[in-house]
Amino acid sequence: MELIIDITLLTFLGLTALAINRIDKLFCVIMLSGIYSLLCASLFVTMDAVDVAFTEAAVGTGIATVLLLSTIGATETEQRSAPRRPLFALLVVCATGAILVYGTMDMPAFGDPNAPIHQHVAPRYVQQSQQEVGSDNIVTSILSSYRGFDTLGETVVIFTAGLSVVGLIGFRGMQKFGDRQRAAGITRDEMEQHLVLRIVIKMFIPLILLFALYVQFHGDFGPGGGFQAGVIFASGFIFYTLMFGLDAAMRVVSPRTLSYIAALGVLLYGGVGIATMLMGGNYLDYDVLRHDPLHGQHLGIFLIELGVGTTVFSVMVLIFFAFSSRKGLRQ
Amino acid sequence: METFLAWASTLCISIGVFLGITGAVGIFRLPNFFTRLHAASVTDSGCAFLLLFGLMLQSGFTVPTIKLCFILVFFLISSPTAAHALSKTALRSGAQPTPSPREDR
Repeated sequence: MELIIDITLLTFLGLTALAINRIDKLFCVIMLSGIYSLLCASLFVTMDAVDVAFTEAAVGTGIATVLLLSTIGATETEQRSAPRRPLFALLVVCATGAILVYGTMDMPAFGDPNAPIHQHVAPRYVQQSQQEVGSDNIVTSILSSYRGFDTLGETVVIFTAGLSVVGLIGFRGMQKFGDRQRAAGITRDEMEQHLVLRIVIKMFIPLILLFALYVQFHGDFGPGGGFQAGVIFASGFIFYTLMFGLDAAMRVVSPRTLSYIAALGVLLYGGVGIATMLMGGNYLDYDVLRHDPLHGQHLGIFLIELGVGTTVFSVMVLIFFAFSSRKGLRQ
Repeated sequence: METFLAWASTLCISIGVFLGITGAVGIFRLPNFFTRLHAASVTDSGCAFLLLFGLMLQSGFTVPTIKLCFILVFFLISSPTAAHALSKTALRSGAQPTPSPREDR
């Protein structure tokens, strides 16, 4: 049964990839890439990797689609056809692919319990994370405790991405109120007419934010954590921006505040590491935060997940603001 | 009671699957935007509703049922809204809900 599902999903995945290659309309390409992410997320679920599936669904299907849509709002909606058929590039790609496939010949079979990756630290994570970290969700204990340093790196990558987008694109070209309204793609008249949409979105925004908080604070016990929660929280804000305009959203939280919050999240994460060092442990070794190591782990994970969540949220909203404020420039 | 629930759930899921397939066929076969939107929203609301309801019948009074119930309410509100927004936007950007065949292909 699972084999049938796997084969079906992989077939769809291949078809979607081919369709993305063939279609010139960028709007369709973006929608298809959203579908591609959703199929990936389903595949992750069949592999029992629920946390990864959650992230893929939230980031790939949700926020990436919206960000890409706001990008084509500022650019063109048709792909310019390639001037020539790059035969040489095709050859290079095929050769590289063949080499990569050849390289996987020596790799252990998929899911082989004797594979080196399952022999190294994985047994310790599976058997002792309950006693050492105390989190019900092993993924959370690996992500934020055993591999806390890697996650710090990921958070800094996201922060840097936000900085670069704001640095490169910025928030120019929208001094006047009307400009900002147009920038969000919505005139006041249109907003009034979409009464049903406005009411439903008003109903949903609190629920979305509440769900984001649930995902944030429930990450110890089930799938979820800072990354997913930040993205979901940001999508609530983006919902609001789409319906009520960029100006109204920026009055809720200004880009300047957002950039402070983004920095604050990274600072909180790094600060926990410094605090553990000052209290006599290693960097990001939460055992020393409290008298009881398990309580210390719990507090440490809570704090760094909070840092991740705030950074991801504010960077996503910042990028969206930056992209959609460009739209005003074209008109 | 158990067998009744099992049969009811099977019935719900079968009708849901049928609606899903007809919706998918409809998206490809129906002539213009509004009829296709109708097919899509049959999948969105009817099929999803029946599938979730069938699953709720199977799981009894448990936490999964409550979660399914949340998803159900979410679907019941969000998918008609999406269909409404799509059709309204299409109407205002000039698509006419006329029965003329294959007008927007």
